[in-house]
Amino acid sequence: MAEFKDISPNASATEKLANWFNNRYPSAGGFYKAHMSEYYAPKNFNFWYFFGSLALLVLVIQIVTGIFLVMHYKPDAAKAFESVEYIMRDVPWGWLVRYMHSTGASAFFVVVYLHMYRGLIYGSYRKPRELVWIFGCAIFLVLMAEAFMGYLLPWGQMSYWGAQVIVNLFSAIPFIGPDLALLIRGDYVVSDATLNRFFSFHVIAVPLVLLGLVAAHILALHDVGSNNPDGVEIKGPKAPKDANGKPLDGIPFHPYYSVHDIFGVGMFLMVFSAIIFFAPELGGYFLEYNNFIPADPLKTPAHIAPVWYFTPFYSMLRAITTEMMYALSAILLLTVLWVLLRTRANAVVKGLLVVLAIAFLWMFNAFAFTGMGFLQGIDAKFWGVVVMGGAVMILFFLPWLDKSPVKSIRYRPSWHKAVYGVFVVNFVVLAYLGVQPPSPTGERISQLGTLFYFGFFLLMPWWSRLGEFKPVPDRITFAAH
Amino acid sequence: MSDTPVDASKRTWLIASSCAGAVGAGFAAVPFVSSFQPSEKAKAAGAPVEVDISALNPGEKLTVEWRGKPVWIVRRTPEQVKLLPQLDAQLADPASKRNPDDLTPPYARNESRSIKPEYLVVVGICSHLGCSPSDKFQGGPQPSLPDDWKGGFLCPCHGSTFDLAGRVFKNKPAPDNLEVPPHMYLSDSRLLIGQDKQA
Repeated sequence: MAEFKDISPNASATEKLANWFNNRYPSAGGFYKAHMSEYYAPKNFNFWYFFGSLALLVLVIQIVTGIFLVMHYKPDAAKAFESVEYIMRDVPWGWLVRYMHSTGASAFFVVVYLHMYRGLIYGSYRKPRELVWIFGCAIFLVLMAEAFMGYLLPWGQMSYWGAQVIVNLFSAIPFIGPDLALLIRGDYVVSDATLNRFFSFHVIAVPLVLLGLVAAHILALHDVGSNNPDGVEIKGPKAPKDANGKPLDGIPFHPYYSVHDIFGVGMFLMVFSAIIFFAPELGGYFLEYNNFIPADPLKTPAHIAPVWYFTPFYSMLRAITTEMMYALSAILLLTVLWVLLRTRANAVVKGLLVVLAIAFLWMFNAFAFTGMGFLQGIDAKFWGVVVMGGAVMILFFLPWLDKSPVKSIRYRPSWHKAVYGVFVVNFVVLAYLGVQPPSPTGERISQLGTLFYFGFFLLMPWWSRLGEFKPVPDRITFAAH
Repeated sequence: MSDTPVDASKRTWLIASSCAGAVGAGFAAVPFVSSFQPSEKAKAAGAPVEVDISALNPGEKLTVEWRGKPVWIVRRTPEQVKLLPQLDAQLADPASKRNPDDLTPPYARNESRSIKPEYLVVVGICSHLGCSPSDKFQGGPQPSLPDDWKGGFLCPCHGSTFDLAGRVFKNKPAPDNLEVPPHMYLSDSRLLIGQDKQA
């Protein structure tokens, strides 16, 4: 227990009140110091560092608007669609609250994708920040679940058929799949039971997990300290410090970055409000037009696509066809041959590798040309699901895939920047193709895009070491302004 | 960490009681996980549906709801029936050999996948991810379809194509043909979906 402090009877009323609280609740003051007034952040943060605090802002917007929407929404397959229309037309200002929530969902992914991109280019996931990154990836995953379940609630055509497709992804898993999909839906088709449980998950279960992960993300960050655009540690044993042990290259989060972030909030809210008031559907990207038609279990809309933030992963799902599995089998075969012929691993390892390779080729259905029934592998459908899940899961391993001697893109070989540039363009192209109806050309491009996406990560242990790295300065580069 | 030596007996009991607690928690989870399963009400809803097909003209399709799913009844024209065998080489499973017990009842394991060649009865749910394919009965080049298209169904979600017997084309995301539900003719114009003579 902290020592009880007496204060001079001549002290001001404010000081006396503060002292009264400090004696009774010292952890509040300690928390404020550790995370605000004495949390030292590098002073060279740039534009990219706005998105963490903006994600927190959007989280608050979603929770507050969500609370008000629940007051009027009815989670019932017979009433859900009309209750959303009731919110839009009859509830005073209901349209605004709903548009804030629907635009907030897309805004959440905009800021989170930019936030992740920042981490990617400045190596914010590198030691000792692996856990910060992992908690962040978990937040991204949970956020996708939250967005997906929330999208069912308006019970429009896209809600219904989107849920139908995603739940059916689980049924592609061999053996347990169909029962698992049944357990998720709670019925043989997406129905009222599904709507009710998704409502429960969307408004309470998943947000609780999300809040816990956000707390873990921020606490872990504040324990190891923020990275910065130079990727130079400001709190390490070699970093310069003043007489009190405070890092010379750091500034207290409050008031410096709290005020700085308020500027970011202002800029963000201008764009956010402009969308809410002038283009809440954003041309069908934030609110899809087909979702203004009530769910009809007998008719899939002529063109269905998930909301834009899922489309890069959706493209990768669509890219996995039987032909693509032959391509993947060939890649697997070439890799194994290369290991066998060009490396000096011992015979046991090589033997094991051959066995594994044959097992995988069998599962990839690479022996289908033999026409023998017992060599029948697993359908491309299942591998599509694996690829889509793997595209998210691979992010968790980034801290161990990147072997470059420097953290920040600033000190990496120039061609690395080009690789990252192609990665971003590839991601955007995949997102675009995911919105488009299926076409043979689009399929080929998305197959190449999928190979590039996975190649970027899986070959990173090799390419990230190559090239001429630039010298990293001892201290951050910062010019007072 | 403390320097006190480990009390082996205390540790044993701690492990034993933790395990007992974990087992208890496991049992306590059963009712919660079970509540995710379809309710008795959902299980009961699945009665057969009777359909009058007398008004269906050749080349037309009728959709009825059975167990919450769309069931299509297509009256094929004689030309469309004649085209079916010509497509075999382009199909993934022309003879309905994959999962026949789930997808194709014995009386539909033929070229037209139907009892009467004229009438196709299938569940209109794509075997890929559960979308309902759209009608593309008109042949010829059109978006998302090959130029030598002979008429059939196109799934809007992932581009799987099916012929007019609900058979999936090769190298498409959907692995299986469309499901033929159990069905029987009560008379020439009345069809019962959800039950057949074997049941």
